Amino acid sequence: MQFKAMILDNAEVSPGYWRMRMTAPPEILAAQPGQFAMVRVNPSIDPLIRRPFGVFDVGMHQPAYTGAAAQPYLEILYRVVGKGTAMLAALHETDLLDIIAPLGTGFDLGPAGEEKLIVGGGVGLAPLYLLAKELVQQSPVRLFAGGRTKDDVLCITEFERLGVECYTATEDGSLGECGFVTKVLEQRLDCTGNTGRIFACGPHGMLQAVAGIAAKRGVPCQVSLEGYMACGVGACLGCVCEGAGHSADTPDYRCVCSEGPVFEATELKWEVA
Amino acid sequence: MKPDMSVEIAGLKLRNPVMTASGTFGYGEEFSQYVNLETIGAFVTKGLSLKPRAGNPTPRIVETPGGMLNAIGLQNVGIEAFIQKKVPFLRTVNTPAIANFFGYTPEEYAELATRLDSIPEVAALEVNISCPNVKQGGIVFGTDPACAASVVKACRAATTKPLIVKLSPNVTDIVEMAQACEGEGADALSVINTLTGMAIDLERRRPVLANVTGGLSGPAIKPIALRMVWQVSKVVKVPVIGIGGIMSASDALEFMLAGATAVQVGTASFVNPGAAQEIAEGMEQWLLDHGVGDVTSLIGALQA
Repeated sequence: MQFKAMILDNAEVSPGYWRMRMTAPPEILAAQPGQFAMVRVNPSIDPLIRRPFGVFDVGMHQPAYTGAAAQPYLEILYRVVGKGTAMLAALHETDLLDIIAPLGTGFDLGPAGEEKLIVGGGVGLAPLYLLAKELVQQSPVRLFAGGRTKDDVLCITEFERLGVECYTATEDGSLGECGFVTKVLEQRLDCTGNTGRIFACGPHGMLQAVAGIAAKRGVPCQVSLEGYMACGVGACLGCVCEGAGHSADTPDYRCVCSEGPVFEATELKWEVA
Repeated sequence: MKPDMSVEIAGLKLRNPVMTASGTFGYGEEFSQYVNLETIGAFVTKGLSLKPRAGNPTPRIVETPGGMLNAIGLQNVGIEAFIQKKVPFLRTVNTPAIANFFGYTPEEYAELATRLDSIPEVAALEVNISCPNVKQGGIVFGTDPACAASVVKACRAATTKPLIVKLSPNVTDIVEMAQACEGEGADALSVINTLTGMAIDLERRRPVLANVTGGLSGPAIKPIALRMVWQVSKVVKVPVIGIGGIMSASDALEFMLAGATAVQVGTASFVNPGAAQEIAEGMEQWLLDHGVGDVTSLIGALQA
């Protein structure tokens, strides 16, 4: 669905990381965790192409005025990495954006009652909040959030408010465990005897490590990928990733935007570590 | 009174001059949620080959100022899967579907033309002799007039459907290419495909695209495309389909003044999936506002 959104809030929540809330049609409330939005930063031709962002949250926005009706909202969490995101960060309340959302294939929540292990690296937490929000309705949920420094570990308070048990790790030791978040994940899997279901989003190196851990321990695992994409609807074929059976002779490319961004880790090809 | 928006390309009647360009609109179905396909003149499929093609490694696309580079590598499902999986959708839409295709030898082009000729849902054929992103075939045929002529000749003998040839701008003299194709029986010419370009990642000292070079599209190329449409349409008798950076109704109308009988909207559909429909509606509104009763009166009406 394509719509004009009005920005309700756009704030830097950690150095370089921003969270934006905008209005959306009621259909946005049906967005599945793991789906994404294609955002046109401005109506000019520079930047030309839309930017994809995971759906961080959807819900009903209650204006501060007494008597004002609540309206549906869409939230994204983004990191300023280039021209497009820098322009987004410069926008204010009441500015308008052109959005296509929700797009893509989201997470499969799995059976109720089973322990859910959410693993996020940096801005990779973006599509995992809505996931946690839905998972806590049916299962015990643990979050493993990693980053280079404490500034790269985002929105932990929000996850805790949902009742999620949060574990953190930073490469410089400025928050939580010192090292990679995968170490903390493995400690938990050691405790539970490799039960549960993993959901991961973050840098490619982290996803590869998580997929490796899941494969070795026989734990089901879904990953959410990023891709350079122009259209978001499966037409440009710019964002493809390699399926498990991919080789030069038997090519197996999957569209991140339409077949993903969420894939079973076993469906994809991972470089041997 | 509503202006007459219909145009004709080699006997193929279009309700209006706006088509979607090959490689930017999938096989039609991908965009059906965003565009009422029955509001546009025609749509062109992703380039088809005899065998499925996997395409290039990633990164395949990168944005550039006012445009984008792509090196998809003609990933497509192949003619068999096209017939089995994509043609049934074409049957449900009352808008002509044009099949874009490419081969590696003139014989392969002819075989594809023969097979496409037998599909009733395919209204016309667009021969791609201009893809800059594959090693053999494609561009090789598109940069040498004799090679281009041999491909067009082979296709012409294989089909009675309207035969459109999509030209590459990556040549010294596009007029010479156009004349070579017209001489062998092309019914129309699509002008232009993407321009070869590249982007560099300074910090990594590497090309951004895995394929090193890619095809530049988007508004950045519009002035070049306009110039080439103008040059070609002055010397050929067959209709020219203008392509290159069309983002708005006024862009499309400029191409018609330059000599185009119809236009194709490409990169704009990525930015705004409803672009083709909005452009068709905007053109009609412009004609209405300017008291122009028939869109064909604008073709080549440039006062130069």
